[in-house]
Amino acid sequence: MDDMIKVFVIDRDEKRHALDAPTDMNMNMMELCKSYELPVEGTCGGMAMCASCHMYVQSSHDISERSEDEEDMLDEAFFVEDNSRLGCQIKLTSDLDGLEVKLAPIGE
Amino acid sequence: MIQTDILIIGAGPCGLFTVFEAGLLKMRCHLIDSLPNPGGQCTEIYPKKPIYDIPAYPSILAGDLTERLMEQIAPFSPGFTLGERAEIVEKDEDGQFILTTNRGTKHRAPIIAIAAGLGCFEPRKPPIDNLSSYEDKGVEYIIKDPEFYRDKKVVISGGGDSALDWTIFLAEGVASEVTLVHRRPSFRGHPDSVQKVLDLAEAGKINLITNAEVVGVSGDANLNALEVKHKTEGMMSIDTDHWVPLFGLSPKLGPISEWNLNISKNAIEVDTFDYSTNVPGIYAIGDINTYPGKLKLILCGFHEATLMVQSAYKRIFPDKNLVLKYTTVTGKPGL
Repeated sequence: MDDMIKVFVIDRDEKRHALDAPTDMNMNMMELCKSYELPVEGTCGGMAMCASCHMYVQSSHDISERSEDEEDMLDEAFFVEDNSRLGCQIKLTSDLDGLEVKLAPIGE
Repeated sequence: MIQTDILIIGAGPCGLFTVFEAGLLKMRCHLIDSLPNPGGQCTEIYPKKPIYDIPAYPSILAGDLTERLMEQIAPFSPGFTLGERAEIVEKDEDGQFILTTNRGTKHRAPIIAIAAGLGCFEPRKPPIDNLSSYEDKGVEYIIKDPEFYRDKKVVISGGGDSALDWTIFLAEGVASEVTLVHRRPSFRGHPDSVQKVLDLAEAGKINLITNAEVVGVSGDANLNALEVKHKTEGMMSIDTDHWVPLFGLSPKLGPISEWNLNISKNAIEVDTFDYSTNVPGIYAIGDINTYPGKLKLILCGFHEATLMVQSAYKRIFPDKNLVLKYTTVTGKPGL
């Protein structure tokens, strides 16, 4: 299908999941992970106002840079790296076909 | 002992509106919330965000929504127990619920309405393996009494206002040594506080370590050192008596999970007839409940609260007939 891409998510047990992602539904990575029942909280619902969808982008896709809001919220995340992103800020578009992300560790 | 008709756990929009609907039926309410202010997520997470799907409000800030709800329920004089977490639920010999908070405040009511959203907000804990073994032995997630840190070495982590404010406070003649560790050179806190922290660092009154993160804790019975990973300089060790990681709050279901309620995926299962749980007399409304077709919307929580209080009324007054009266007919509401 034209409006579908494949993305890969590595969970906290190192298991790799291949997900079909629609690009015509204005979805983001946090929402996609939740729809597949992967352990991503997304407490704030996608406003970049919590840090519960922290993930690492492992593939070399060109994603828009972190906004100031996203930087601020990453201050509440743990083990933040240069490739850290909030999943809710990664919009699913056709150029992200093959994207690979890894879920960041969370505290208890 | 605080006595009421409906004890509402959670003072978010849904819990607040319950007071109004219960009030129309002449039932009194008391709200308990672990946060110090009413409003729940609307106050704690996104007070300045506009909400667009509240009927008749093309746009309203979450903080304003809370204020309007407080205004709307004021005529019914609800009680509040704020800054305390609902902990234990028991039943007394009259079949009423006795609810005790983590601070020991007791409440008594025939009905409990759980409107706890995603649960109670608790400090976010870093995912460090042996961290829990040093909790209250040098690792604290909240500063309750700054005197506790007098003449001690303290490391604070975080980049928000609480991290900055406590760094400044403890550096001014309280702790013997204050170190602030933050993942980047800029801070999201208030510009004045940021400047103060930078000035203190410049003057040598605090150690400011940016581009770094605490990744390990060690000690004997008590914490005595932290392992810090610096972006460019690698690993380093800091001797300290205390570490206070301030990474904000995140919601946890908490004690509610031990109240014998049917829970599925962190939500309480309810009957959509009246949003009752499997425990007679306990209802769950808003984001905390689940049922086929559930949508986590404030709008839906208001509807659930409205139907729930009808059922609660019939439990409290089984012999009375309830007739729906429109507020346009009854006039200005109040108890």
